[in-house]
Formats: sequence, structure tokens, C-alpha cells
Amino acid sequence: MKKEWPLWEVFVRSKNGLEHRHFGSLHAADAEMALENARDVYTRRNEGVSIWVVESKYITASNPEDNGELFEPAQDKVYRHPTFYNLPDEVKHM
Amino acid sequence: MKNQALYNYILGIADNSLILGQRLGELCGHGPNLETDIALTNIALDLFGQTRSYYQYAARIIGEGKTEDDVAMLRLERDYKNVLLVEQPNTHFGYVIARQFLFDVFHLQLMTELQHSEDETLAAIAKKGVKEVSYHKRFSGDWLKRLGDGTEESRLKMQEAIDHFWPYTAELFDITESDNEMIAEGIGVNVALLKENYYTEVSEVLEEATISIPDNPYFKKGGKQGIHSEHMGFLLTELQYMQRTYPNMSW
Repeated sequence: MKKEWPLWEVFVRSKNGLEHRHFGSLHAADAEMALENARDVYTRRNEGVSIWVVESKYITASNPEDNGELFEPAQDKVYRHPTFYNLPDEVKHM
Repeated sequence: MKNQALYNYILGIADNSLILGQRLGELCGHGPNLETDIALTNIALDLFGQTRSYYQYAARIIGEGKTEDDVAMLRLERDYKNVLLVEQPNTHFGYVIARQFLFDVFHLQLMTELQHSEDETLAAIAKKGVKEVSYHKRFSGDWLKRLGDGTEESRLKMQEAIDHFWPYTAELFDITESDNEMIAEGIGVNVALLKENYYTEVSEVLEEATISIPDNPYFKKGGKQGIHSEHMGFLLTELQYMQRTYPNMSW
């Protein structure tokens, strides 16, 4: 192909009640084709109940070079995790 | 055989799926791009899945220890009852889409009606098939519109493909002897009654795709009687090669 179709990111909800998760990317000429392609490429083994597609260019990503200032300050702040409570055994899924 | 007419009727439907599936299977790894390649292969697999259900049923009707593989792989060309449309070669992507769309519209009509068959097995296969075929039609119809209403070159190629396949459409609505017997028993669908809606629906989509509706009054037929085009022998050679070379092989 001389002219590549734009790239799209695909998000699939596997089950009702779960969130959409990023499954991968694909090429398509427009949103409608992206949905159909996503259906064929990512849900052919019965993986999903809902699909979102968004053109990759609309995603703003953080720069890996900024990882130091963005993420490292959180590493030594364990108190931000709610791990200092004693949970009764009856409480599950925390 | 106890029920020759039912057997023939099942093959009349199933062979279309087998042969079209085989044609689409040829494109595996050769689609215009990865996404379309997978889509076409998915459609082929849907068709083979339907074919299996039909042939398993057909094999039960023959009895004598026959299996679905005997029905699919070991018949002679004259014993296949598919329409000429589905055996035509892929040529280029426009042809693949035109052939698919012209078949899908009919196929969905047929499956929709067959759901109400007095034969429970056929009704159950049709019920599952309706969802699959609805998607096939959506896929081929969308591509038809994209290419028809695309660039000047894509429109010309799409028009050429529609013109090429148009003469094969009338055969879809021919009534065979086994059709007549099965219609009388409430098992079969009277495909002749689908014809008017078919051409209305196809014409609407062609119009949307800015493709002119061919006015060729000459139609080609014969497949339903086992009289196939020159392409069928080559297709069957490839389809049957393994079973004929290594009889009863399986994996």
C-alpha cells in the first residue's frame, strides 16, 4: 500500500461490568472500518461485548524521558497505599 | 436412501457455503492487508462451520457409515449443487467483494426464511447462520460502497466486477425438483419468492455505491443441476487433493 491507513487503538470490554481494556492497534480508513476490523482481529475468539476505537494520533502520551519527575517521587511514599488497615477476613476483593 | 429429496435439498444449500468458503480460503495470507485478510478468513470459517452442520446431517440421512468428510470431499463434480456464482475465481478484491455481496443478500434472505422450516435441524442451523451472514453482508456491503463511491479507479473496478457477476444472480432463485418436494413438506424455502426483494435491496446498495445496475438480460445457470463452469474442476482438485491422495486421513 502506497498510502497507509491511519492507526487506531482498540479497547475491548470483555464482560459486562468490567472496564474496556487496551487490546492493541490496527489500521483502518475511518472509524466504522476500525470497528469492523477490531471485531475481526480482536474478538474472533469471543473476547468481547463492547469495542471502542480511537485514532492513535488523539492519544497524548507521557514522555519516557520525564519518568524521573513523573513517577519516581511516588516510589517512597508507601503511606499512600491503604495498606495500614487491618481488614476483617470477611472482606474480600480489597 | 430413505430421503433423497431432503438430502439433495441440504446439499443445495450447503454446497454454496463450502465452495464460497474454499474460494475465500484461497485468500488466506493474500488479503489486501492484514485486517481484511483476517476478516475474509473469518467469513470463510463461518461458512465452513455452517457446511459442517449441514453435511453431518446429510451424512446421517445417507447412513451406511458415511461421514461429513465423505459428503464434502468425495463427490464428483456433477454431484455438487452449488450455484455458478460462488465457484467463480477471486480475480481481484473488487470481484471478491461483488461476489460476496451478491451472495450475502440472498444468503441472509434464505437463512431468515429457513429458520421457520418444519425440519428442526435445518431451522437450528439457519438460526445460528442468520447472525453470521448478517455480518458478512455488512462487511461486503460496506466495502462495495467504499469502493464504488471511492476513487474513479475503484469505482470502475467495482462496476466491472458487478457487471461480471450480475448474469450469475438469477440462478439463485431457480427452483429445483428437491426444492419443490421440500417446499410442499414445509421444510424448504421457496426461493423464487425472494427474487423481487433481492433485486430491490441489491439495487438500493448499488445506487448508494454509485454503481449502475447492469441491464444484461442474459443469465447463466447450471450449477444447481451439477453443470458447472470450467473453474469448478480446478477448485475441487485443490479441495479434494488430500482426501483422495491419503484416503481417510484426518488430523
